[in-house]
Amino acid sequence: MNMNPLRAAIAAALLSVAVGATAKPLVVCTEASPEGFDMVQYTTAVTADAVAETIFNRLADFKPGTTEVIPALAESWDISDDGLTYTFHLRKGVKFHTTDYFKPTRDMNADDVVWSFQRQLDPNHPWHKLSSVGFPYFESMGFKELLKSVEKVDEHTVKFSLTRREAPFLADIAMAFSSIYPAEYADQLLKANKAGDLNSKPIGTGPFVFQRYNKDAQVRFKANPDYFRGKPPADALILAIATDNNVRMQKLKTNECQIALYPKPDDIPSIKKDPNLKVAELDAMTVSYTAMNTSHKYMSDVRVRKAIDLAFDKEAYVNALFGKGNATVAVNPYPPTLLGFNHDLKNPPRNLDKARELLKEAGVPEGTVFTLFTRNGGGPTNPNPMLGAQMMQADLAKVGIKVDIRVMEWGEMLKRAKNGEHDMVSAGWAGDNGDPDNFLTPMLSCEAAKNGENYARWCNEQFQALIDQARATVNPEERTKLYEQAQVLFNQDQPWISMAHTRMFTAMRKNVEGYVISPLTTNNFATTQVK
Amino acid sequence: MSTPTTSVAVDQSLLYPSPYKEFWQAFSRNKGAVAGLMFMILIVFCALFAPWVAPHDPSEQYRDFLLTPPVWLEGGQMQFLLGTDELGRDLLSRLIQGSRLSLLIGLSSVVMSLIPGILLGLFAGFFPRLLGPTIMRLMDIMLALPSLLLAVAIVAILGPGLINTVIAIAIVSLPSYVRLTRAAVMGELNRDYVTAARLAGAGLPRLMFITVLPNCMAPLIVQATLSFSSAILDAAALGFLGLGVQPPTPEWGTMLASARDYIERAWWVVSLPGLTILLSVLAINLMGDGLRDALDPKLKNAA
Amino acid sequence: MFSFIARRLGLLIPTFFGITLLTFALIRMIPGDPVEVMMGERRVDPEMHAQAMERLGLNKPLYAQYLDYIGKLAQGDLGESLRTRESVWTEFSSLFPATLELSLAALLFAGILGLLAGVIAALKRGSLFDHGVMGISLAGYSMPIFWWGLILIMFFSVSLGWTPVSGRIDLLYDIEPKTGFMLIDTLLADEPGAFLDALHHLILPAIVLGTIPLAVIARMTRSSMLEVLREDYIRTARAKGLSPSRVVFVHGLRNALIPVLTVVGLQVGTLLAGAVLTETIFSWPGIGKWLIEAIGARDYPVVQNGILLIACLVILVNFVVDVLYGFANPRIRHQR
Repeated sequence: MNMNPLRAAIAAALLSVAVGATAKPLVVCTEASPEGFDMVQYTTAVTADAVAETIFNRLADFKPGTTEVIPALAESWDISDDGLTYTFHLRKGVKFHTTDYFKPTRDMNADDVVWSFQRQLDPNHPWHKLSSVGFPYFESMGFKELLKSVEKVDEHTVKFSLTRREAPFLADIAMAFSSIYPAEYADQLLKANKAGDLNSKPIGTGPFVFQRYNKDAQVRFKANPDYFRGKPPADALILAIATDNNVRMQKLKTNECQIALYPKPDDIPSIKKDPNLKVAELDAMTVSYTAMNTSHKYMSDVRVRKAIDLAFDKEAYVNALFGKGNATVAVNPYPPTLLGFNHDLKNPPRNLDKARELLKEAGVPEGTVFTLFTRNGGGPTNPNPMLGAQMMQADLAKVGIKVDIRVMEWGEMLKRAKNGEHDMVSAGWAGDNGDPDNFLTPMLSCEAAKNGENYARWCNEQFQALIDQARATVNPEERTKLYEQAQVLFNQDQPWISMAHTRMFTAMRKNVEGYVISPLTTNNFATTQVK
Repeated sequence: MSTPTTSVAVDQSLLYPSPYKEFWQAFSRNKGAVAGLMFMILIVFCALFAPWVAPHDPSEQYRDFLLTPPVWLEGGQMQFLLGTDELGRDLLSRLIQGSRLSLLIGLSSVVMSLIPGILLGLFAGFFPRLLGPTIMRLMDIMLALPSLLLAVAIVAILGPGLINTVIAIAIVSLPSYVRLTRAAVMGELNRDYVTAARLAGAGLPRLMFITVLPNCMAPLIVQATLSFSSAILDAAALGFLGLGVQPPTPEWGTMLASARDYIERAWWVVSLPGLTILLSVLAINLMGDGLRDALDPKLKNAA
Repeated sequence: MFSFIARRLGLLIPTFFGITLLTFALIRMIPGDPVEVMMGERRVDPEMHAQAMERLGLNKPLYAQYLDYIGKLAQGDLGESLRTRESVWTEFSSLFPATLELSLAALLFAGILGLLAGVIAALKRGSLFDHGVMGISLAGYSMPIFWWGLILIMFFSVSLGWTPVSGRIDLLYDIEPKTGFMLIDTLLADEPGAFLDALHHLILPAIVLGTIPLAVIARMTRSSMLEVLREDYIRTARAKGLSPSRVVFVHGLRNALIPVLTVVGLQVGTLLAGAVLTETIFSWPGIGKWLIEAIGARDYPVVQNGILLIACLVILVNFVVDVLYGFANPRIRHQR
């Protein structure tokens, strides 16, 4: 074959990259396509990054890198003494994006806020029925029951009435599903019978203006010159979609992208060594665990659960899956960064003899088979479920237990685990507001045991009483005590093998500045640039 | 060569080589085929005696030796000739153990699709009015779905696992046997010898299986070897997409898929299973070539 | 000839219905629940779940779901994706050109090289070239292409830096997808260097995807060429004193092409299957990846209609091959 055309092509490509580089767009390699651009219809983090963090704003924001709530589209707010009425005072002069498909005639005002919430709340709202699956996040956060009304007081004031006190309400208002849409645009679309455009041609107030989306390839944005916090430093933002994390890493190394999201923990050491790259990292609010189905024969016996915990080599697990220092071995059901973590509790050292003894006492015959459900793709709490499952299998084989690994799709696994078909299931949880209750109630409460989301199907009344009491307690010290006791009970009963708390990472080129990693796992590039 | 004098005394018919001998002579003339055969014998030997041949238990995790390089590289260990994988399991042992599965999957899926495939193809060829077109429409429907997608869908229905992988692959490769058999049969049906047999009063089964089928065997044998090897490839592809044989069973494709994450740090965990797949499949295909040359008299004489 | 084509077209109708039934049945048989998948990691309460199932029409009996489906198909409505709420047709038509571009490039690569190598090998039977072609094509046929892709990326992209790692074009070029074919769009976009860059991105995936078809075409061309060269009419043609190249290319290749065409027709399915793997490896935004993900997500409308569209395409190609076959071989045309 003649090599010259190839060489010419390479040279041309290199040249063009060099020329193109002067414009300094920011290219971010991410793992999946956003599902769509009508944010409130979707729940995934990828969509939130590509849509809520770029195109939209909310009344409130999380301060970058923290879980603290700060003003955004609302300049300030008042809360009534009974905690049931929130009055938001809107920022003036905030402009919606001007594009070739929409030219706003007015600034953002109370109508837009009311529209954004009424759409999800009011079944008679003209846009309510247009969403074929409803509003999953809004509904699963219980907002349908929580919100009594959302009313316009004047042009720049909106009043939210709640049916009950809700401490994390402001944090909820800062989440993706509370994004503020332009009512004017929606009306135009409805009139033109083009309601579907809300999902494919989005308009918001956010730092970036939507330009183009090629499914599974890229999402392009340009900087919003009228952004109320000032124009973002990057002129253009390109989200490059690369499902495979090796590809993202290779693209980062060849400077095809400047930021690579969700690098493998395994790759972190080599990134740190690379003089052109750097890593932003943070302890994530996550736990990964293996729940043992306490409603099954043998597994209902706490000795069996203890034996499995004693036989499993957690250190080796964390090292093989995450690499040293990229995750910590878990003891409790939530990570140490959260309120009330019980630091006195420790994992017992691995002890195969004792495990065998306990199994014998419990009358578990040699060669008993336990099923272990796991998903087939990695996620933030567990980068390689198959690997972890095989380690569990090898460890339990040493105490005479056979593990039958069942690899399933995510959705199917959840369904079957909820039905309680498993003996063991490896699962994970990422907290979305930084409160311990956000971990304990969904995963370990008696109610969750009934509906199956408590995969251990474990219901301990004492534990339940403690977490109920803690949820109603405001004083952090008292709360801490209650949670500490609850964790003691948890460890006594051993419904789970708590496995790991992960760190999260974002890999980038050395010359990237202004990126802040967030404990809420969102990625915002409004302040990021390539120097 | 023996001395010409002895042959005079012997009956000429005894000197004529037996069909097997003749086949072997033809086969062994093809050096590639012999090389393929040798490699396959090695693989079959490994498969049969895996527990004795393999230096380690393929599922044993040596957790202090994660991703040890092969022995000839820096940091290699004598006890792990080809290095270890991401859980510290001996790669050589896993490859040896994996040969069992790959051969099993290949063989059983070929048998499971060859027999019904030939039958359907024969019927389709012999009954071109109603049955034939019906069968061919069915095959067209199956053929219209890309094989891997169909296999993925079948595995998604049945759930991942060894037997389901075999079933999926067998179903997917069925249409090509049917089509091929039918095409060959249609080609043969107009030949004089078939007409002669018909006129001589041969019944349908005889016509099908004794008169026509043997003359269609050459392409079928080639297809069978090709699909034996492509079954191994398909199984590996399913494994690569995370839908193959379940862990910790060492299947080559699954090994490759799970090692993909380590490609930059430890090339051997990706390269060696892939190379093993390539070589085995190549060996089978070489054998297939030799078989065809030896079995198809037309091609043999032209040489 | 016309009646032959008409007959063939008539046969497509039952095939089409067979496929709708098959895809419908396949996707319903897959265990798992689309609503759960849609909600991702969020909790779903049973009431919400029931509502969503009802809105999606998934609570009706199966036959009613099938009738709904056929009814919508008749109106040209392919439904919308459960995951993205985007119309299936829109998604398909935005992704399909990428797959087609890749497949055509692969087929072009395989066809030209394969025919050439096959013919020469047949003419020089037993030569070193013949052995070389046969050996290499056999190795190509034996290639696990997902591994091949990984190895090529490691070697050419990561180690040597000759070709890009993945994707269709450097994202610094902002190319408007007018046709969806990157090579055409880059020419229309009038950005200097973009066309070459797109071509550059296409090379490695096309080679990977074309490897198996190349091997198949080379082998098939060689063996059918050998067979044809022994036929009486070739001997006659030779005896008549026609020039060797005329004998080979007009009399020989034309007849040798029949089985090759059939095999290429069969390869369309294989090519699409290979596209699934190639697209996965090269992050190529095509329909293979799209469908695999949809199967995983139980995205009923996408799987059903995506497979239906692909199947129609394959049928169409096979139909064309059939017609060509009839052209080339009058015996087949008049047989039925």
